[in-house]
Amino acid sequence: MITLNINGKEQQLDVPDDMPILWALRDVAHLTGTKFGCGMAQCGACTVHLDGQAIRSCITPISAAAGKNITTIEDMQNDKVGQAVQAAWGEIDVVQCGYCQSGQIMSATALLTTNKKPTDADIDAAMSGNICRCGTYPRIRAAIHNAASKLA
Amino acid sequence: MNAPLKNTPLNISRRTFIKAGALVVGGLVIAFTIPHAKRFLMPGSVAETAPDAAKLPAPNAFLRIGTDNTITVMLAHSEMGQSIWTTLPMLIAEELDADWSKIKVEHASAAPEYVHTAYGLQITGGSSTTWSEFDRYRQAGALTRALLISAAAEKLGASADSLKTENGYVISGDNKISYGDLAEAAAKLETPKTITLKEPKDWKIIGKATKRLDGPEKINGTAIFGQDIQFDGLMTAMVARSPVIGGTVKTFDATAAKQIKGVRQVVQVSTGVAVIADNYWAAKTGREALKVDWNLGENASLDSKALLAEYKKLAATTGLIAAKAGDNKSAMAKTNQFVEAEYALPYLAHAPMEPLNCSVKIEKDICEIWTGTQMQGTDQLAAAKILGLKPEQVKIHTVFLGGGFGRRANPQADFVSEAVQVAKAAGVPVKTVWSREDDVKGGYYRPMFVHKAKIALDTNGMPSAWEHVAVGQSIMLGTPFEAFQIKDGVDATSVEGTADSPYLKNIPNYQISLHTAKTKIPVLWWRSVGHSHTAFVMESLIDELAHTAKKDPLEYRRALLKDHPRHLAALNLAAEKADWNKPLAKGVFRGIAVHESFGSFVAQIAEVSVNEGEVKVHRMVSAIDCGLAVNPDSLKAQMESSVSFGLGAAMQSEITFKDGMVEQSNFHDYQVMRMGNMPKVEVYIVQSTEKMGGVGEPGLPPVAPAVTNAIFAATGKRIRTLPIGNQLA
Repeated sequence: MITLNINGKEQQLDVPDDMPILWALRDVAHLTGTKFGCGMAQCGACTVHLDGQAIRSCITPISAAAGKNITTIEDMQNDKVGQAVQAAWGEIDVVQCGYCQSGQIMSATALLTTNKKPTDADIDAAMSGNICRCGTYPRIRAAIHNAASKLA
Repeated sequence: MNAPLKNTPLNISRRTFIKAGALVVGGLVIAFTIPHAKRFLMPGSVAETAPDAAKLPAPNAFLRIGTDNTITVMLAHSEMGQSIWTTLPMLIAEELDADWSKIKVEHASAAPEYVHTAYGLQITGGSSTTWSEFDRYRQAGALTRALLISAAAEKLGASADSLKTENGYVISGDNKISYGDLAEAAAKLETPKTITLKEPKDWKIIGKATKRLDGPEKINGTAIFGQDIQFDGLMTAMVARSPVIGGTVKTFDATAAKQIKGVRQVVQVSTGVAVIADNYWAAKTGREALKVDWNLGENASLDSKALLAEYKKLAATTGLIAAKAGDNKSAMAKTNQFVEAEYALPYLAHAPMEPLNCSVKIEKDICEIWTGTQMQGTDQLAAAKILGLKPEQVKIHTVFLGGGFGRRANPQADFVSEAVQVAKAAGVPVKTVWSREDDVKGGYYRPMFVHKAKIALDTNGMPSAWEHVAVGQSIMLGTPFEAFQIKDGVDATSVEGTADSPYLKNIPNYQISLHTAKTKIPVLWWRSVGHSHTAFVMESLIDELAHTAKKDPLEYRRALLKDHPRHLAALNLAAEKADWNKPLAKGVFRGIAVHESFGSFVAQIAEVSVNEGEVKVHRMVSAIDCGLAVNPDSLKAQMESSVSFGLGAAMQSEITFKDGMVEQSNFHDYQVMRMGNMPKVEVYIVQSTEKMGGVGEPGLPPVAPAVTNAIFAATGKRIRTLPIGNQLA
């Protein structure tokens, strides 16, 4: 049994120490907004925040989250930057199939939390770990700039 | 499939079957079917055996109006990113004068009502949803509006002619009644015999950029994909499949797998051995502990390098004739100026972001399936056959598809059949989940192709004879589509874009032939199907001809396509927007390509630089003539998407085989487009009242040749093999 803080709530999960955070969230805590895409930190669909840092939850064992705060897409509506990012995503109409977008939004929110006015090069660096097979990249870029201007 | 753009009275009793009726909970439902074409009808399909669509039970419908004023649109097609979740409701809402904020959307079940109006089976593919539903969904809206007006006329004691509709209300002078308040009364009325559709000039929704209705739930993480299906008792399964294509299980030892906490069962199915567990992690760990001894079978020595060499040998000989005119031999004897080239394209995986999965719950006389599928009817039949049920006893719940690109429309129903087998063998509800490695290695690829061409140029530098041989596997062979798509041994999808090329129309002598390779690698349509290789070859060859003739590649195309106004319209719009005749920044070069596919005409202009062998695509200018653009913003999104998908594949993607095994496994070695490589994309739409075409795929075929033609302009090196990879290093 491991005690975790997920989206501001203490929770006890009966999972093995080596279970990746992704599967603890999805299969045990039933928070399915965080997605499985590759299982080896290659696509970013599983991105969540661990104490505010964007991490790939598919390769991070749940034991690494003990005593830390896990934040997922389900809680972005309560995050000031997250709200701006989600609003920009809607305004630009970014999504297509939508499967990667939780991870994209989590990466974008982490970027804008530390970098208030990212350049295109900053966006490339921060977002190149998040694959979108639908190719929403131009709109993601536009939405990040949009959110940055709203937050300024 | 000409869309009636004029005011069209429709005689419903002759052309359509309609059923209106009250819902159990009150309200109005409209079921509305147009007899389907038989062209692609699958043997034994539900549609074929359905006694009479008019006598079908009511719950299946295109449209439901609730007494709470909600309007629920049922989709006969699957939402996989292409935005039909919004486009099809736009068609209904237009004719219904609905309140857009009250629209809800659901995927329809697998049922005869939802059979594709042109293909005769329930499918989302061929970039066909919008044009094939343009009439049916507008008619459903118009019919419902007529019923609501009749109900209001009765209630108010007014004549129907004196009433108008607006934003979810029937209006009579200062009185207005909401559709929800009329729904029950409308459900009791007889359906009208004729309806009239709006004139295009009166459209308020069609043709206007409209935000996606599935946007909010995909932004806040609540959208449900197949992976997200969870209910009490649902277990997770992972199947160990043969490392070699076509291999089978000899023996297996599950002792260690069963010792993993959370592993409940290990069962054998036709595709391998399934480990069934409480969750994904336990299933995965269990599968790793499983020992399977495989019969590797006849493909154990399969090697794609050797295969490519074989294809190249074959390409030097004439295949089965797909198209022919004049006399190539004597025409070639008259000139000494030729372009001769050999092109090769690799196997490609679809690799949608959501790995394949399928949840199955089997009870005594019913099986329920939750999955993201592009082909509900085929999946339903396959499941029914495995379980000995009637098709209607299999309920398919379509959920959002985390990408499809063709992979989720499988004539063999591969991932659904396997999941049904697993659930049947396990005796419990099971979600079968593929890992990314399973997806990359698990087959159904865009086939590898080799093209070889010899083209003669006349004294004006124009082509006078065209000899062209293609070699590759057929995606239709062995599928239920074989009878319709393969004629005299030639799979139409292997030669689409070559045999029917507009360039050939002005060339007196040509011959396009095909060798269909007998390789056993499972192949499938991949976004833009045959055009994904033929456009690369044709548009590269045209560029080679233009350069050999020392002519501008745009002007050369204009001359060859002078009788093809829609090609020209796309070409000219792209050239204008890209300032074709103005020089670019130092070191940046342009390439151009134009191609018709799925009824639409797309030109792409790429701006590319090459530095120390590294290719950088800075900007793509895309122009499309697809006829009417129902939702211009989602059209633009699909064009952006096509650039990403096509460019990623052209630059880096490749599936290869060694010792019968796929050499790639995940996104580190099956590289696709990422943010840092994505160019700026500009999309321009030709204002057109021509026949409607698709938008999901047509943007893709000209992407790769536009880029490689720009690389030639930049470096003088002709890229004839994809992916581009490090060929310039």
